[in-house]
Amino acid sequence: MPKTARRPKAAARSVQLRFLAHARSGDKGNTANVGLIALQPEFYPLLEREVTVARVARHFKGMVSGVDRFELPNLHALNFLLRDALDGGGTISLKTDAQGKVYSTALLRMEIPVPAALARRFARA
Amino acid sequence: MNGRVVRVAAGQGFWGDWLEAPVRQVRGGPIDYLMMDYLAEVTMSIMQKQKSRDPRAGYARDFVPLMERILPDLVERGIKVTSNAGGVNPRGCAEAVLDVARRLGLRGRLRVGLVSGDDILDRLDELISRGHPLTDMETGRPLSDILDRVLSANAYLGMAPIVEALRGEADVVVTGRVTDTGLTLGPIFHEFGWSPDDWDKVAAGTVAGHIIECGAQASGGNLLKGWRAVRGMENPGFPIVEASEDASFVVTKHPETGGLVSVASVTEQLVYEMGDPRSYITPDGVADFTTIRLRQAGKDRVQVSGIRGGPRTPMLKVSIAYFYGYKAVGTLVYSWPEAYDKARAADRIIRRRLEALGLEYEQILTEFVGVDATHGRLSGPPGPDLPEVQLRIGVRARERAPVERFTREIAPLVLTGPPSVTGFAGGRPAVEEIVAYWPALIDRHEIEPRVRVEILEA
Repeated sequence: MPKTARRPKAAARSVQLRFLAHARSGDKGNTANVGLIALQPEFYPLLEREVTVARVARHFKGMVSGVDRFELPNLHALNFLLRDALDGGGTISLKTDAQGKVYSTALLRMEIPVPAALARRFARA
Repeated sequence: MNGRVVRVAAGQGFWGDWLEAPVRQVRGGPIDYLMMDYLAEVTMSIMQKQKSRDPRAGYARDFVPLMERILPDLVERGIKVTSNAGGVNPRGCAEAVLDVARRLGLRGRLRVGLVSGDDILDRLDELISRGHPLTDMETGRPLSDILDRVLSANAYLGMAPIVEALRGEADVVVTGRVTDTGLTLGPIFHEFGWSPDDWDKVAAGTVAGHIIECGAQASGGNLLKGWRAVRGMENPGFPIVEASEDASFVVTKHPETGGLVSVASVTEQLVYEMGDPRSYITPDGVADFTTIRLRQAGKDRVQVSGIRGGPRTPMLKVSIAYFYGYKAVGTLVYSWPEAYDKARAADRIIRRRLEALGLEYEQILTEFVGVDATHGRLSGPPGPDLPEVQLRIGVRARERAPVERFTREIAPLVLTGPPSVTGFAGGRPAVEEIVAYWPALIDRHEIEPRVRVEILEA
């Protein structure tokens, strides 16, 4: 069941990305990539505006050394590269998630501000 | 859609994928090509090791019994196979397939295309001395730093030798390190007679190859969006590309199979392992993923069109594997009550014991499965009443001895540490040799003139 966002502001509330997007992640050496895809096309502009490099870097602070973002409006998707996310990566890494397979869902934990009208769609009555 | 289509079916997403998949792709409906990708980044080094022990080994052995199962179907239905199962010994693989064909009574009825020339292990000294440093693309270090520890080195080849083998009427094409996308591009370019310099068509075939190269991951497997609604995964339909002459294609699967092909399932696969979407580089060209258009064109049918691309680069990627060191991972399970606290106490104890023994590691990593193993600190503090927590400790060192000693420190915790511990039935963890990956680039003129295509008859 959708979880209500916390800390309502005047015009915006925060909503967890899992209600706005789905995702898949993988690895390239010690870099993880997360493809973040709008669950509905009309959510894409919101993702593009609010899921910024700065916000993703803050979300993964201490877990990655840098973040790059690429836009794919044709697929309603953003692609993030998370540098040094895999503790060496590939066969060197000791992590359970050495291939970055679940960085996707880790990003979906992030909250972004959304217009109150939209947030109400995810709020429990 | 009218006109001719070429159907390329994915049979494996990796070496070790579902064994039934290629058989069902061949028997479950019409296809023209079965595409079988076996090679992950470090697979070549495993194969190189096998070959050093037995000169007839060094390829994906599963491929031969698979061919034994499906060769009669392939011949009867006129289905061709493209596969990089050849690993570091494509000749050995090709000969094993020919042996099987003869045993099945297919003498004179099967041609195997053999592609070689990607293996540059014996040329590394020469290449370095002639000014190719084979620098690590991630770290910038020259290969000479680790040259004495290199286990395998292969250039990624594109579609060209596959097209040549198919033109030579090969039924089964066996290669070494050909890109997974090349295994799909080759059949499509061969069938339509496209020019390899038609960059938009190269890009389209590249995207088609990328969509199906991970098998069912494009057709409902590992699908996050609406995962509960994915039905029939006990018999997953692996993806099939139906390529058209206008360079659009449809992704689909056989009828009466599980899973699904939707815009969501294809999009999740498209973004998998993606870098800069405007420049998806393969030996054959550069695809721009921001030009891809997807449309649901019926049940389990997604149409893909509009793809643009650019010319191939002068360089080929080289996949080098080298010996790095050793690692081991040990686990124990602690039960309620206070499971997490018990596991943390055990972690402190083992770390102090390792320190007291004077053992040195490049890294010791502790994860608490059930608390932080997948999302780290993002999971937040665990609830007070967890039913159980798995302590998972990994160590890595350049030398074997400290890792070996670590593997003897797990079981003693059962009687010398915190209570309510179980889950040690596996015994002492194994010491694993780490083979690491070194991605580099090389001028394609160093490689391509030496690529050979041979057609062998059963």
